Formats: sequence, structure tokens, C-alpha cells
Amino acid sequence: MDAPVLDVKGLKTYFLTDDGEVPAVDDIDFHVKRGEVLGIVGESGCGKSVTSLSVMGLVPSPPGKIVGGEILYKGEDLTKANDKRMRQIRGNDIAMIFQEPMTSLNPVYKIGNQLIEAIRLHNPWSKKQAWERAVDIMTQVGLPRAEELMDSYPHQLSGGMRQRVMIAMAMVCNPEVLIADEPTTALDVTIQAQILDLMKRLNTETQTSIIMITHDLGVVSEMCERIIVMYAGKVVEEANVETIFKDPKHPYTVGLIQSVPDMRSKKQRLYSIPGTVPKPGSIKQGCQFAPRCEHAFDRCFAETPTLEKTDNGSRVRCWLHHS
Amino acid sequence: MAELARNDNPIQPNQQDEKPASPWRDAWRNFRKNKLALIGLGIVTFFIILAVFAPVIAPEGIDDQKISTENYAKLESPSSEYWFGTDDFGRDILSRVIYGARISLTVGFFAVMGSVIVGSILGIVAGYYGRWVDTIISRIFDIMLAFPSILLAIAIVAVLGPSLKNALIAIAIINIPNFGRLVRSKVLSIKEEEYIMAAKAVGMKDSRILFQHILPNSFAPIIVQGTLAIATAIIETAALGFLGLGAKAPTPEWGTMLADSRQFITDAPYTMIFPGLAIMLTVLGFNLMGDGLRDALDPKMKS
Repeated sequence: MDAPVLDVKGLKTYFLTDDGEVPAVDDIDFHVKRGEVLGIVGESGCGKSVTSLSVMGLVPSPPGKIVGGEILYKGEDLTKANDKRMRQIRGNDIAMIFQEPMTSLNPVYKIGNQLIEAIRLHNPWSKKQAWERAVDIMTQVGLPRAEELMDSYPHQLSGGMRQRVMIAMAMVCNPEVLIADEPTTALDVTIQAQILDLMKRLNTETQTSIIMITHDLGVVSEMCERIIVMYAGKVVEEANVETIFKDPKHPYTVGLIQSVPDMRSKKQRLYSIPGTVPKPGSIKQGCQFAPRCEHAFDRCFAETPTLEKTDNGSRVRCWLHHS
Repeated sequence: MAELARNDNPIQPNQQDEKPASPWRDAWRNFRKNKLALIGLGIVTFFIILAVFAPVIAPEGIDDQKISTENYAKLESPSSEYWFGTDDFGRDILSRVIYGARISLTVGFFAVMGSVIVGSILGIVAGYYGRWVDTIISRIFDIMLAFPSILLAIAIVAVLGPSLKNALIAIAIINIPNFGRLVRSKVLSIKEEEYIMAAKAVGMKDSRILFQHILPNSFAPIIVQGTLAIATAIIETAALGFLGLGAKAPTPEWGTMLADSRQFITDAPYTMIFPGLAIMLTVLGFNLMGDGLRDALDPKMKS
């Protein structure tokens, strides 16, 4: 088995606020292999986005701070890299797509200029070469009339087109890892499918690893090979995509899967996990999920479970599955 | 009728196929619809033409005293020969008002340019870096704004010595906090935009993000505020001139002309009326234009 492109070990990103430290990301481990698509799933506020920003070195600081752990990109620890090195890595080695295609492009510049700028940041190319590369990548992401679009402003494009442009911008320097932070949340369903297809295609064509951050289990089942479920800044379950849907172990994962509305059933009420995600750091003792968990017992409120391997190969952080 | 007219104007389906409209062309289209703004633009253009072509347009030189063999043509009422009359030295007021446009517009423009440049840099630094840098710069702005602006200008001129150049510098200085605050608040909101995060995510440097991505996005309010500030700057120049702290005696500065003709207000009111009208009209022009620009450039008004 080859070494992972990106290996995150014990990452802790805390926010230092007036009320004390808030552990937005608390001791998480994951890795991505070359060409792999990894899904990170969880409710809003569970630390998915902070994880991705930590990898990019873009956690707003202050108040955010990476207080522990390692982010190894091809063996290099990014938490120790200086600003200049991080700028080289961003865009060139690790690129990112954001949730809101409507606001992720600068409204005062033409699409072409923004792409060319991104290209020339990392390549010593002439304007003309960069222009050709930009047209090339726009065609590759399935934008029609690429040459014409180069001359348009972001407000003249639809949401789906803008997200394609964002993907083009992220892919333009052939990154090793692409972090997609809810890339389809703001798009309507038909466009979502197209964008997912596109990302899947780019993944197979270029062997770029993708970290797919989402709360949409449908997206995950379609795209990913391996899934990490996060809850309140911690990884609660990690498994292959088939395993997780067939045999979810953690009560939270079970709840998430149950919450997906089934088109064929005639149920009147949709299932939802009672309660909301606790404020990170508010639960000092025991399992973070215990107050919302149907199966919680005494031990859950007293001790924090560790991530343990189970019989079906997944890793779960739950006392129910501790042998 | 109104409804009929509306029906005649469907949502112009061809607009997308036209040449891509740049944000500035959009703004111009909105601006053109505004009659008052066009009047303002007209007035401003008129005065700019007067200023640029003053030597051609003005019938007399600024210091030419009209002395004939019998009489010294001083304080003559407006006539076909001297449209605006003459002043106490027998100088043609029309010509002096025309040359005065040069001074007022130049001082207004360069004073505002100065405050825009310094104010923007301070505002950007304060807004982007925040923390103690922001605190220091913002408190300095607060202190400057605590003085009535004209008093501050008088104080600055008193230190530098009265002259037109120093009046310009004083006006530039007192306007800095206005632009500084404007830019700072703009930067504060723009730096939270996702496209700034996206720019960071492709590996851009701070300085590049600041000047290529944040600054251009705050141009619109700067232009609006700048246009309106030129109007105030012209009034302030005239005020300083009137108080004897700006342009010196023979210079045909409007405020100075007002001050010099104070004593003739009952006998020869036209010596004051025309420079006064000139000030009023230019200021009106800039204000109308500024309001029009605000409407045209305000993103909230855009569909």
C-alpha cells in the first residue's frame, strides 16, 4: 500500500474566545491516498469546515489556532510550514472549492483574468500560455463557449457555471489534493448531479485525491470510497462507503442515515436526531453524543470512548461497540 | 397608460447576447437615466471647460484694469461690454470668475485626491490588519473628526502659513478621516467575502489580495464620496480665501473675490453675486453628480 498523500494526525484546532478555548476540531486523524475520494460527513457546526481550513492553513487567526497534531503532505508537516511555503502549496498542491459559487468569484474581474491570475501565481508562464491553459481547463470542466466566457463577469453566469469555474480554478494547477467544502449545497439537484459527475471524472482522469466535505449522505454514497463521520469536533466513525450504509455502528451514524427521507415510504414524519450539536467544549466529560443518544448508558456520561476497530473493519468511537 | 408602457418593455431577452456589460458600463446606463445627475454632470463639465480654456474664453486678462482717458472704469454695472460688471480696480469680473474656476477646481480635485490616497491606504491597513493598528488609526481619525473641519483647516493653515498651496494641504488633511473610515468599513466587510478566502486558497499574497481584490471592490463608494467631497473642498477653499487664509489678493479665487467686495455690497452687489453664484453652481453640480453616482453605483439598487 502506498503512502497517503495527505495524513492528518491528532489535529487540534481551537478557537480562543473570551469564554475560553473552544475545541472546534479535537484530535482527529484521517488520511487520503492518491486518487482516493474521502468523504467527511456531519451536521453543521461539527468541525468539518474548520478541518479543511486547517489543512489549507487558512483558519482565521486570531481567534483560531492549530494547537496540536500534524498535517503531513507527502511527509511534510504543514503546521510547521512558513507563510511562503504555504502559499506555494495552496492552489498548486492542495486546492479548495467553496460552498457558495455565487460569492466565491471576485465580482469586479472577468472570469478569464481570475483564472489567468491563479495560473500565473504558480507557473512562470506568459499571459498567452496562461490564457490557453485557462480555455483548456474551462473546456475540460464542461463549460460551453469557453473563449467567450473568459470575457464575462461572474454575475453573468449561473450558479452551476460559476461552480464549474471554481472547479476549473482549483484544478488549473493540477493539485494533488482537492478539498471540496460542500460544493453542491448551494446548487439545485440537477446541477448537483452534473457537478458531482464532473468531479468524479476529474478524479479518475487526473488521479487527484478529493476530500469531500458535506452533510449530504446522497453525495457521499455516490462519490466516496471511504467516509469519516464527525461529531462535535471528533471523528466518531470511519468506514468504507458500503460498510457504513449496510452496517452503521455509531448511533449518530445510524441516526444520520435514518434522517435521509426515503422517497418510496409513505411515512408522515421524517426521522430526526433529537436535540442539536452541542457547543464544542461544552461537554467536558463522557461521549459528546451521549445526551442525544438513545442507547446511552452510565459509562457514556462518565468516560470518553476511544476510536476502536470493529468486526466489520470500521473504526467507531462508541462504548456500545467496545469489546 | 402606465401599464401599457410597461408591457411594451419586456425583459429584453437579447441583453445576454450583447457584448458583456462591464460593471462600469452598467453604472453609466443607470446614471444616464437620472436627469438631475445629468444636469450635475453638465454643470461640472461646463466649469471644467471654462477652467481649461479660460485664456480663450475670458474677454479680458485677470489683472487688466480698464482705464480709459477720462474715467477709470471701476465698479461699473453689468453691461454689454462687461457682462458681470467690473470691480473696484476696474477689472472685468466675468474674466476673473472664469479664471477662478481653474483655481477652485484644481484645488478641489487635488485636495480630494490627496485625502483619497492617504485615507485609502490608512483605511486599508486599519481594516485588513485590525487589532492595535486599527485601534491607533481609528482613534486618530476620531480625534480629527472631533474638531469642526473648518476650524481644523484654519489651525493647519495658521501653522503652515496662509497661501493657496497650504489651503489645499489643509483641506486634504481634514478630509482624510472621512475616506479612511469609509475604506476601513468597506475592507472590513469585503475581507469576509468568500472570494477573498478563495483568493487565499489559490495561494495569493496578502498585499496582492489587498490591492487587487479588496481595493477595486471599494472603488464605487470612494468615487461617490470623492465627488461629494470635491464640492465641500471647493466651499472650504472659498471659505479659507474669504478669511484671508487661502489665495492672496490678486489671485482671482472666488472666496477671496467675495471678501474683497464685501465693502461694496450695497453700491455694487454684482461684485459679490457673480463669484458667489459660481461657487454655488459648481457645488450644486458636484452634489447632483455625486448623488447620481451613488444611485448608479450602489449595488443594492442593481437588479
